[in-house]
Amino acid sequence: MDLSLIIMQLFSGIALGAVLVITALGLTIVFGMLGVVNFAHGALFMIGAYAGLYLASLTGSFWWGLLLAPILVGAFGMLIELVLVRRLYGRSIDDPLLLTFGLSYILVEGVRIVFGSDGIPFPTPSQLIGVVDLGVGFFPKYRLFVIALVAVVLLVLWLMLEKTRVGLIVRAGARDPLIMRVLGVDIGKVWLAIFGLGVGLAALGGVLAGPMRSVNPEMGTLVLAEAFVVTVIGGLGSIVGAVVAGLMVGICISMVALFAPEMATIVMFALMAAVLLIRPQGLFGLKGRA
Amino acid sequence: MPNYETRLRRTGISRRTALMGMSAGVATLAMPRLGRAADDTIRIGFPTPLTGPFAAEARDQVKCAELAVKLVNDKGGVAGRKVELLVRDDKLNAGEAATRTLELIEKDKVHAIVGALSSAVQLAVNEVTRARGVIYVSISQSDTINEVKDFSKYTFHEALNPHMTTAAVARQTIKKGMKVAHLVADYAYGHEMLRGFKRAQTAIGAESVGEILHPFGAADYSTFMPRLMSLRPDVLCISNFGRDQANAIKQAVDFGIKQQMKIVVPVILHNQRLAVGPDVFEGVVGGANYYWGLETQNKTAAEFNKAFRAANGGAIPTDYGAYGYSGVGSLLQAMQAAGGTDTDKVIAVLEGLQYDLTKGPQHYRKCDHQSVQSVLVLESKKKSAMASENDLFAIVASDPGADEMLRSCGELGHAT
Repeated sequence: MDLSLIIMQLFSGIALGAVLVITALGLTIVFGMLGVVNFAHGALFMIGAYAGLYLASLTGSFWWGLLLAPILVGAFGMLIELVLVRRLYGRSIDDPLLLTFGLSYILVEGVRIVFGSDGIPFPTPSQLIGVVDLGVGFFPKYRLFVIALVAVVLLVLWLMLEKTRVGLIVRAGARDPLIMRVLGVDIGKVWLAIFGLGVGLAALGGVLAGPMRSVNPEMGTLVLAEAFVVTVIGGLGSIVGAVVAGLMVGICISMVALFAPEMATIVMFALMAAVLLIRPQGLFGLKGRA
Repeated sequence: MPNYETRLRRTGISRRTALMGMSAGVATLAMPRLGRAADDTIRIGFPTPLTGPFAAEARDQVKCAELAVKLVNDKGGVAGRKVELLVRDDKLNAGEAATRTLELIEKDKVHAIVGALSSAVQLAVNEVTRARGVIYVSISQSDTINEVKDFSKYTFHEALNPHMTTAAVARQTIKKGMKVAHLVADYAYGHEMLRGFKRAQTAIGAESVGEILHPFGAADYSTFMPRLMSLRPDVLCISNFGRDQANAIKQAVDFGIKQQMKIVVPVILHNQRLAVGPDVFEGVVGGANYYWGLETQNKTAAEFNKAFRAANGGAIPTDYGAYGYSGVGSLLQAMQAAGGTDTDKVIAVLEGLQYDLTKGPQHYRKCDHQSVQSVLVLESKKKSAMASENDLFAIVASDPGADEMLRSCGELGHAT
């Protein structure tokens, strides 16, 4: 087995991991800040792909779809928070879980009714068709773009949370909402924004995955499971955990695919089991949280 | 965030509610089932995966099966009796399919079962029908269902089998001395297709350079691509089904595989070609049981298309849809000839039945009940060559049905 093959495999793993990171991130932010396990995350990922496709065909450009879909679906997420999820804060964790679980069914059926159950072609944007010579082999341009874009989104998110006043309020709000309220911060608005951000990230993941996979109403089901695995490995609610675990899972799947391809999907769950045995709270999780 | 105690209390309540709900459910289940009133309707059970990755194909099957039933009922039914189709969602799950099939037989008192799309699921359905002595016409590709181990006198296989399709596709695409790589879904369908391709390529004199088994239902195939490219084959056979086919081909094309090698599939799927578009599928070659474009050269196909268009607002029937029509249609023809639903009489008729429902003459071979029929080899057209949005494929070959296409009865373990 030569080195160039292993390097190519590593790239495949990182590209795969980048998609995992972006979807797991939305899930973990919403859980970390609001304590809501969003079971509709996969369905919103799918909605993102359809919205991106629809907006791209409306404007004639993939880039508008990529930009607008996460914003619009994020706004839709805020509506969900306002109308549905908000009423369940402070209740046990399973109430919002059941709500979002039901919501995911409604969303999937809704898309089936509007767009049909068959897949819809989502062409790769013309600028990103083709492969790039990495020196060791050829790699699809589009997947390199996905890696780069995810890196940029992560950087922006990190700066926002760590370096801005808004980020400070968000982090403090997650620790102690009561004190924030006493200090005169409208915590409801913060929660609204956070839920919108989480949903927007799911939608971004969906648009990014569109040109790689076929777009269909069930495309979120598998993604939800993957995002949960990544979130659990990284530690529930941990952003750093989601990033590290996402890349780890992607690379792990890719490397296993090289030696034992039929095990490629199972390895993700094996990894989760192994991590949970050693650190039940996940790699970066806080004790007592899960 | 509520404190720990309130959380505990709340979970307690919901748990109690759940228990109450559960006991109510059990009570409903325990109530005696109302038996179905005896009537003389002929009922055909039709399990198919209406949800899941094969849903598009499944829905086409239902439409075609309903058409077959409607056409017969319009003519006064079978032996004067109305025919009813009972469609059930098998959820692409062998256990679910077995339960639904058993229900169809026990509760709905169906006279025969037609259907199932996944090779693994059809074997589960076959287990049940075999044990209950109910005729089962399978419309999913399988090699093993005709082998002695799985076969029963009640089992009929209307679909093509992996042996037939891979041989026909290999004949058109693989030449002596070529190097062939395989990407295969790791379940019954993939394994059988791989076996078929390897048998065909050995006969042709081509060499296998590698086989990669991928998990069934995977969304991302990129991790298999570097390895496949490093094998440097002339032909890549991708043996998977439904969305797996669309995703695998799409991602192979992304990696530039088509510039290096030819992509070949055992069964080229109408709906998956629609799902990912002409640019991705361009030049991909695969086998098929049916393609609507046959209508220009085949009278039966033209009639079938016409009837389907009339019933479905001008839409055309698809490959896997056609199986629903021929599976139910051949069974109803046999029931008509047998004068009713008597299982042994219908089996006797089916064994000698000559039928022509979608594409030309077909018959069930007596020893193993495999339908002997033509195999199409199709090539996906490039966008600029498409005359209409339904003009997806060019017909590369149409091998007429012959017993020699099949493995011999002796090889399958049947007494000859």
